[in-house]
Amino acid sequence: MIPANFNYHKANTLKEAIALSQELGEEAKYMSGGHSLLPMMKLRFATPEHIIDISKIKGLSYIKEEGNLLKIGALTTQTELEHNPNLKENYPIFGDAVWLTADPSVRNCGTIGGNIAHGDAANDQPALMLALRATIIAEGVDGKKSIPIDDFFHGFYMTALEPGDILTEIQIPKTKKNSGGAYHKVERKVGDYATAGVAVHIELDDDGVCQEIGIGLTNVSAVPMRLERGEEILRGKKITDELIEQVGVIAGEDAEPESDLRGSEAYKRSIVNTITKRMLNKALERARK
Amino acid sequence: MAKHKVTMTINGKSVTAEVDSRLLLVHFIRENLDMTGTHIGCDTSSCGACTILIDGKSVKSCTYLTVRADGAEITTIEGIAADGTNHPLQKAFHDQHGLHCGFCTPGMIMRSIDLLKTNPNPTEKEIRWGISGNLCRCTGYNNIVKSVQQAAAEMAKEKEASV
Repeated sequence: MIPANFNYHKANTLKEAIALSQELGEEAKYMSGGHSLLPMMKLRFATPEHIIDISKIKGLSYIKEEGNLLKIGALTTQTELEHNPNLKENYPIFGDAVWLTADPSVRNCGTIGGNIAHGDAANDQPALMLALRATIIAEGVDGKKSIPIDDFFHGFYMTALEPGDILTEIQIPKTKKNSGGAYHKVERKVGDYATAGVAVHIELDDDGVCQEIGIGLTNVSAVPMRLERGEEILRGKKITDELIEQVGVIAGEDAEPESDLRGSEAYKRSIVNTITKRMLNKALERARK
Repeated sequence: MAKHKVTMTINGKSVTAEVDSRLLLVHFIRENLDMTGTHIGCDTSSCGACTILIDGKSVKSCTYLTVRADGAEITTIEGIAADGTNHPLQKAFHDQHGLHCGFCTPGMIMRSIDLLKTNPNPTEKEIRWGISGNLCRCTGYNNIVKSVQQAAAEMAKEKEASV
């Protein structure tokens, strides 16, 4: 399968990319790793007239801690996330997720920025970003902007990014003592999109009381979804098996899955319930270590 | 639509060409360069038959634009060993019966080169996950895993000998 005709433009800097996008207008799309967009173009689900290649822009691939933030450059590949010693040691939720995203060759190309900017509720990183309460940094014609993750996902493939905006960085509150996160998705086969997935991040105080909690769900709604009702139940409490049981039930109720080749609506509600409970337990275990 | 001039190194040789924006790298390699060792299987980045190395990393060339490879160093199955010799992975696939029909083999080997570079001594589980983006419909994978294990052991020995 060959994509419909388009014109390729390589941007060497952010400025150049944004200027190109302004010049070429709405029919131009940015491409970073290309492993979401190019398959869509091959299937003619997407037929952009122009592709602006941002993958060669220098200085957008990094994982670093600054102040109380973990900062990840948008062009950091999934493989780089997978092998980063700091993430392995202190943010194991990334290892959980990347391991289950596509396969190693795809991860060599696919970037964290692309995974989020694509606005696909089936991608894994959006749920992590919700759980970790990330802030998305983007740059566009009007300069730099910072978008809280809860304002980022607008709809099916739609995000807060305006035409011309490039997602440049992900900022996540630095990991604290007594905190832990976990992610799992059920997939039909290795490398598949999630039938359903759940990301959990928990912060406890010294007495084991839940100070902050984030629960993000993958592929059970049109938009990456925060399980607000579940978070409210746990925040400020000592997390017990009974509470975890309750949150599982809520996840099954509040998710908005549709029946498709990956399973019926009822099946997806049932597994999102189960994975939510498992990930709460796993995150708790990590937080208590 | 304008053509783009690209220059890349393929198996140590510099190649320059004028290509369309939409030309996929796998087609460039197979049809423009007549190197047909890189296969097209699913054409949807699922099966891994088209796996090559771009700057040392395994990539599915059916999902990569040729224009993006401008300036890159590319290795295909034709370039992993000198003529008349076998790469340890090729030898291992031969010794261990790591193939039946052979369609997936070039991709399996290119992927395994990257795998063994990042993880020279993988466990069986790590091998199975490492080749999870490469489908084989004949062998049931057991002999492929054995092949990668043999090659890992041989490459470790070679490395030791060269130190």
